[in-house]
Amino acid sequence: MDLFLQQLINGLNVGSIYALIAIGYTMVYGIIKLINFAHGEIMMFGAYFAFIFATSFGMPIWAVILVPMIIMALAGVAVEFIAYRPLRDAPRLSALITAIGVSLFLQNLALLIFKADPKVMPKLFPETIINLGGVEISSTTLVTIGLSLFFMVLLDLYIRKTKQGRAVRAVSEDKDAAILMGINVDRTISLTFAMGSALGALGGILYSVAYVQVFPTMGVMPGLKAFIAAVLGGIGIIPGAMLGGFIIGMVETMTKAYLSTTWADAIVYIILILVLLFKPTGILGKNTREKV
Amino acid sequence: MTVLAAKNITMQFGGLTAVDQFNLELQSNELVGLIGPNGAGKTTIFNMLTGVYVPTSGEIILNDESILKKTPHDIVRLGASRTFQNIRLFKDLTALENVKIAYHNFIDYNMIQGMFRTKKFWTEEKKAHEECVKLLDIFDMGEYADTLAKNLPYGQQRKLEIARALASEPKVLMLDEPAAGMNPAETAELMETIHFIRNKFDITVLLIEHDMKLVMGICERIIVVDYGKTIAEGTPDEILKNPEVIRAYLGN
Amino acid sequence: MDKNKRKAYIINTISIISLYLVFFILIQTKVMNKYFMGIAIMTCIMIIMAMSLNIVAGFLGEMALGHAGFMAIGAYSSAYFSIALMDTGFPLPNIIVLILAMLVGGMVTGIMGFLIGTPTLRLRGDYLGIVTIGFSEIIRIFFINFEPTGGAAGLKGITKLVNFNNVYWITIVIIILMFTFGRSKQGRAIISIREDEIASEAAGIPTTRYKVLAFTVSSFFAGIGGALYAHYQAFVEPSKFGFMFSIEMFVIVVLGGLGSLTGSIVAAIVLTVLPEMLRGFAEYRLLVYSLALIVMMIFRPQGMLGRSEFSLTKFIDSLILRKDIKNSIDGGETR
Repeated sequence: MDLFLQQLINGLNVGSIYALIAIGYTMVYGIIKLINFAHGEIMMFGAYFAFIFATSFGMPIWAVILVPMIIMALAGVAVEFIAYRPLRDAPRLSALITAIGVSLFLQNLALLIFKADPKVMPKLFPETIINLGGVEISSTTLVTIGLSLFFMVLLDLYIRKTKQGRAVRAVSEDKDAAILMGINVDRTISLTFAMGSALGALGGILYSVAYVQVFPTMGVMPGLKAFIAAVLGGIGIIPGAMLGGFIIGMVETMTKAYLSTTWADAIVYIILILVLLFKPTGILGKNTREKV
Repeated sequence: MTVLAAKNITMQFGGLTAVDQFNLELQSNELVGLIGPNGAGKTTIFNMLTGVYVPTSGEIILNDESILKKTPHDIVRLGASRTFQNIRLFKDLTALENVKIAYHNFIDYNMIQGMFRTKKFWTEEKKAHEECVKLLDIFDMGEYADTLAKNLPYGQQRKLEIARALASEPKVLMLDEPAAGMNPAETAELMETIHFIRNKFDITVLLIEHDMKLVMGICERIIVVDYGKTIAEGTPDEILKNPEVIRAYLGN
Repeated sequence: MDKNKRKAYIINTISIISLYLVFFILIQTKVMNKYFMGIAIMTCIMIIMAMSLNIVAGFLGEMALGHAGFMAIGAYSSAYFSIALMDTGFPLPNIIVLILAMLVGGMVTGIMGFLIGTPTLRLRGDYLGIVTIGFSEIIRIFFINFEPTGGAAGLKGITKLVNFNNVYWITIVIIILMFTFGRSKQGRAIISIREDEIASEAAGIPTTRYKVLAFTVSSFFAGIGGALYAHYQAFVEPSKFGFMFSIEMFVIVVLGGLGSLTGSIVAAIVLTVLPEMLRGFAEYRLLVYSLALIVMMIFRPQGMLGRSEFSLTKFIDSLILRKDIKNSIDGGETR
């Protein structure tokens, strides 16, 4: 039972990181219908910045986390402006290829700057083990879950309660109608990229702390998993991305613990496929029918 | 002889009843109009008759066969084809290819014969080519055969869609607002075309139309629906005088 | 067969043979060494992969991001077969073994494509894309864990049966078959689904059946590509068939032009040869490659050839008659 609880906490830990990254995918998809393949690289660069700030500059913890988030928010906006905006009216698959191009570009840029060998990510949070009725939880795990939840709640409030948040929802719903309502679509899309990238960077930092390393291709697998999480929850739906993230994290952890480590990823995919076969637009997705 | 019959078909979307106990009987070689105000359920009726929607209840018979649970392509094969309110052509294909695709079921060769281009492939493709060109010629569209559908003028696109629907050799042709967006001259030409194809191909035509002039001008029988129900049925003259119809269109 | 078609056949046949002769002379005079020959063979395999992917991505218009998985099935099943066949000691000429292995690889992969396609093709767009990624990854993980084919270490002991001579002609045959497929009634039906699925259904096309057919044919040829790869490398390992490899093939298809088979050929050549030529730049290589990709998409979002096909006949006509050369990129029989 204790082991199970332990795994449950681990699942939450991994899940919260996936959820953070998945939000970025889902927000961007919701607003410009693009799978932003470069999101995994945003997350990777976020982790590298945190690594540099923590090791070379000796910044305080809050700055080590917040400054990379801000930098990557700006980077996300820049990527959209340079690479995606010119293709907004182009066929969707062309934009997808551009996203793949940006992803490859950032990966190889990182390879050039930081070299291929993994760097050891320092422990950002003071390490203590908290014993909760026989279950041992490290402070890092608690902080990870806590920080993720905090930022998710913050995002949710922002999207639901503020004027800009309403604009984001309006553009996702119907871009043309939003333009007619006087919403500045370009600015709203930039804002979406900023928010998604900031959360992605946070996800990257927490991921690198959890797995104690940073390397140029670290964004690929968690990026793919987070994207799957977003699809599982119903792409374009923010709560769906969170839910999907936690489900994927939980399934992955539980399979590794109780079934098999080598098959864990396969089982994640099998669950994804099964869910989509029964609910083709994801768990929280709505079925839309084309008008004839 | 009854070609197509709908018996008490009802369509509910959630709590909304879009079509309520609708009845229809089309005789062979008839030209019937289906009219009604916006949102009356006309297109929903079309969608049920062509298999796009499965009615919540009721029965649809095409040539003595129930088509209630049939897929749209099965219904085409059984002899009922349609056009769409908002033109749905294969935009990046030529006019000829558009027609050839609908002629699909009459081209008889399998995939292997097609890949290796056996003699059968050539004879069948030649036949298909000739038949489809002939069909385009009937619509005076021969010169457009190699034009991409998206580059055709609007009126020609409407005509091409009808030609495509005819390529599957239907017994019943259903036209969903064929004159939508056309100017009076084009509408007049279309009226002639519809009349002509009905006689030429000896088929039954059911058309949804907003343009009263078109409907009154060519239909022998008109069915008026409102709120998913038939409120009147009869010859154009009878319909024009019917107080229910006037109320539905002009309000009380 | 009318006069124009006959002319097109003659011109294409002549150019195929003369291209082969050029290669033949280059190889005989040792201008083309082993290294270049390797690139040429890989290019042929990538042409087959890209064209087969184009059947689903371009003709059918569905996002398929798991082509590497199908290639893996073809590679493994054909290799397993050829090893077993060689073990029996039955004296067969190499080319026959290769052709049998290709057919086995193609069939097994085609059947898998059918089995995967039947339930999943109800899904649309990005959802289908992600499911294809999922299947491809499951296939890869399966081969990592499957001991009879060597597990993670890979399958060794495959006889190298592919050389430039046979792969050239095999590729030509497959290119022709994919073209004729695209221009048959089945190909037309599949293209009509891309154009407008509802209209296609209303024109009497059984759309579900043709979607599965497109998926099956595409995986059949992908399996053949995999078989050629296995019998060229003489070794297959699961890590080769990862997600990025699927993406690489998808990039070729989009860059060439979705729905343009000639576009796939051109893009497969460019994107296989270009990275090799950039080897001199070593670490900047992939940086340049990715930048080229972004720039290309921004300036030509429809891909190199869009949806049209390059026609050699029209190209020659335009040279002789000095007509606008653009005509030659305006399609063959179908456009």
